[in-house]
Amino acid sequence: MTSVSLKVNGKSVTREVEGRTLLVQLLRDHLGLTGTHVGCDTSQCGACVVHVDGESIKSCTMLAVQANGLEVTTIEGLAAADGTLHPMQAAFREHHGLQCGYCTPGMVMSAVDLAKSHEHLDEKTVREGLEGNICRCTGYHNIVKAVLAGAEAMRSQPAQAAAE
Amino acid sequence: MYAFEYHRPTSLSEVTGLVSGKEDAKIIAGGQTLIPTLKQRLAQPSDVIDLGAVAELHGIREEGGGLVIGATTKHAEVAGSDIVRRLIPELAELANGIGDAQVRNRGTLGGSICNNDPSADYPAALVGLNATVHTNKRTIPAEEFFTGMFETALELDEIVTAVAFPKPGRVGYAKFPNPASRYATVGVLVAEVDGAVRVAVTGAGPVVFRWPEAEQALSSNFSAAALNGLTVDADGLNADIHASAEYRANLVAVMAKRAVVRAAG
Repeated sequence: MTSVSLKVNGKSVTREVEGRTLLVQLLRDHLGLTGTHVGCDTSQCGACVVHVDGESIKSCTMLAVQANGLEVTTIEGLAAADGTLHPMQAAFREHHGLQCGYCTPGMVMSAVDLAKSHEHLDEKTVREGLEGNICRCTGYHNIVKAVLAGAEAMRSQPAQAAAE
Repeated sequence: MYAFEYHRPTSLSEVTGLVSGKEDAKIIAGGQTLIPTLKQRLAQPSDVIDLGAVAELHGIREEGGGLVIGATTKHAEVAGSDIVRRLIPELAELANGIGDAQVRNRGTLGGSICNNDPSADYPAALVGLNATVHTNKRTIPAEEFFTGMFETALELDEIVTAVAFPKPGRVGYAKFPNPASRYATVGVLVAEVDGAVRVAVTGAGPVVFRWPEAEQALSSNFSAAALNGLTVDADGLNADIHASAEYRANLVAVMAKRAVVRAAG
């Protein structure tokens, strides 16, 4: 067993894990943060996307020990303490960017990273940026609309976007 | 995944010390191929040695007019690097087309070339740009580094430290991506290096290869039209559910033309 210490959604945590424990297992099974989903478990679907030091990654394809000393943000860490949704979450609700909701946590986490790393987002950039996230319900149309609106809202509400 | 002992060394000498004593050890960089392989129980290493904390293996710098990229430099870092954009912009574009955004945030140059997947993008870049692979023991010309399907010239205890690219003239890369994985069904890189034209093909064969007839044709006339009528023999090319050998052979010519157009544009 190896000791791993990291920050998850702003809180410091330390756990004993095996070398083979995946980051997503640490989040879901050890910390009870089940908002991060496991879809394919083969690095393709993106349901498990979280942020590690601000960058979106697939938490089913990273060892928990590799996150030692780093900061992880999951879908549970996006909304404000009073429950106010992050602008990207609000945009997904407003534009109905989901049907069954299984892929949604990963979609939102990828979208937040995409919005932060591009000064200007257009439809093509969003569709390419979501290549690592698979939705089997929606056909992506409303997801793309939601990401564009969410990115716009993040720009006009910089204080809240910076808070997460 | 089978259990293994995890190590996180902080220097290259510590890495080589760990590797030399352990026959069944595996090195992990970004883990975007190794972790899925472990999850499928296709490998059972006794030890996994993580290069993530070895600072000397990471980073991008200009050297002797060319580009040196550390082994653990991530695809997203190559894609976003001002130095790469200035010296070999098409290499940044190539890196930006690997996998998806999340894979590019973890996957590394060294990991990709050591795995030597026949459909990976970087082998075409290294061979096409006449790069040199630096290891803890020696330097290896890219063409001698990639020896076969998932095989390289590396010895058991040898570690890639960096890749050096000379500054090229015109460069173009075009690939026909598998729509699911974004791996190259066929990818062709065309480059002018030291006054000669090089054409490197990935995805089509068991290992990256050069296309001498195309190089000769482009040497006298650097245009897509110069490749008209040139064909690649389908014999020995890869065939799977995604593309037959004949289809891949045709794609080589098509991608080569597109690469020339990108290079000339």
